[in-house]
Amino acid sequence: MKQTPLTDWHHRHGAKLMEFGGYNMPIDYGSIMDEHVAVRTATGIFDVSHMGEFMVQGPGASAFLDQLVTNLPSALENQQALYTPMCYPDGGTVDDLLIYRLGEEKFLLVVNASNIDKDWEWIKKAAQHWPLLELENVSDNMALIAVQGPNTLQLLQPLTEIHLDDVAYYHFIPNAVVAGVPVLLSRTGYTGEDGFELYVDPSRTLELWETLVGRGATPVGLGARDTLRLEARLPLYGHELSPTILPLEAGLGPFVRFKNKGDFVGRGALERLKGEGLRRKVVGLEIEGGIARALYLVHDAQGQTVGVVTSGTYSPTLKKAIALALVPIELASIGTTLQVAIRSKQVPARVVKTPFYKRT
Amino acid sequence: MNFPENLLYTADHEWIGSDGTVGITEYAQDALGDVVFVDLPEVGRELKAGEAFGVVESVKSVSDLYSPVDGTVAAVNSGLVNQPELVNQDPYGEGWIIRLEPRTNTDDLMTAAAYRTQIEGA
Repeated sequence: MKQTPLTDWHHRHGAKLMEFGGYNMPIDYGSIMDEHVAVRTATGIFDVSHMGEFMVQGPGASAFLDQLVTNLPSALENQQALYTPMCYPDGGTVDDLLIYRLGEEKFLLVVNASNIDKDWEWIKKAAQHWPLLELENVSDNMALIAVQGPNTLQLLQPLTEIHLDDVAYYHFIPNAVVAGVPVLLSRTGYTGEDGFELYVDPSRTLELWETLVGRGATPVGLGARDTLRLEARLPLYGHELSPTILPLEAGLGPFVRFKNKGDFVGRGALERLKGEGLRRKVVGLEIEGGIARALYLVHDAQGQTVGVVTSGTYSPTLKKAIALALVPIELASIGTTLQVAIRSKQVPARVVKTPFYKRT
Repeated sequence: MNFPENLLYTADHEWIGSDGTVGITEYAQDALGDVVFVDLPEVGRELKAGEAFGVVESVKSVSDLYSPVDGTVAAVNSGLVNQPELVNQDPYGEGWIIRLEPRTNTDDLMTAAAYRTQIEGA
């Protein structure tokens, strides 16, 4: 199992550690609920060094990426980032990722830890017809700290000369310095709160982490990362997205671009689905009388199996059980009453608007 | 960690008191994390030792509850419906789960010292 530059620190500070995506990662430091609340009300800090990073550069890099992913990287300005699915020819999802434009033909791709090897093979294969491209898997040379929550800007500002409020959402500064440590500073995150993600050299990660914790950021594990992203209805690969779930079914239509764009992997299948109309989609559920978990079955009011829960948890903010589920389109309207099989019981579930939580 | 001497313990981390009250141990509540839901059995249900009678859910995980002995469910802690966090806050007191009567088939129960040895050897 791989370690991050902070694994020892987590261990020394009482974290429960578990294997995730091949890495030994902190699940919580005592209470998922307290960590969740810290991010919603103050500032939380996450070790997400398990994420994978690939550098793609050279003549044709932007055209290559346009045909690799469903969004439009060529339209990015320098120092801007985007979120995008990456699909198979049948429209199923290889992964969802961030793409940062570092230069005219230089991009950084950030992928899910559990998909690093698969994505790397997929991208290398796709690049075979692009002999001038240089690809590099830099996952082991880059750690990542996410700092998230409403007080994040105040916490970070005294530590850097960058005027943080000038860094717009999904923009970044490639050569920032925070607390004396060089970082790529990006206004992105996976919690539904304002915040930044700091890409940092592994050798400087511990000192940066300790400085930020010393200034009052609460360490947050992957347990609360999951409850936070689920309240904000952000998809998680392997749950809302998979080789058999198309991005349009997961509600990611805005990140699948057909206009101003030539062919891309999966275009035919996605266009066909869009033309014919969705037959199923991911919806939000509120459940009363139990907690629905991933892979629990969803039934209609008559008890027929109609779908499956993709993610479910107790929402610390709403103080009720919430879930995302893949259901037929005719049962996907807000207010539809469904049931989730929780152990031997049929528990009522109502289709609700998402996100479950939106910051004010 | 605290494992009161006046209780008996199971390998599955339940405790039982001399009056038949059953709960989960401090070790179990700590391993689970924040408890957010407890599925309680019906009063009157007859249980065999080792039989699953309910479920404790934390934010992250689901754990079955097993009866420490043969007995009939005489009472359930309905306070856990609205305050499941009592299982974390006071696992041997306000966080009790059910009361069984009578209590027979106690052969597999452990003393506090034996339970502590199991935990620390794990």
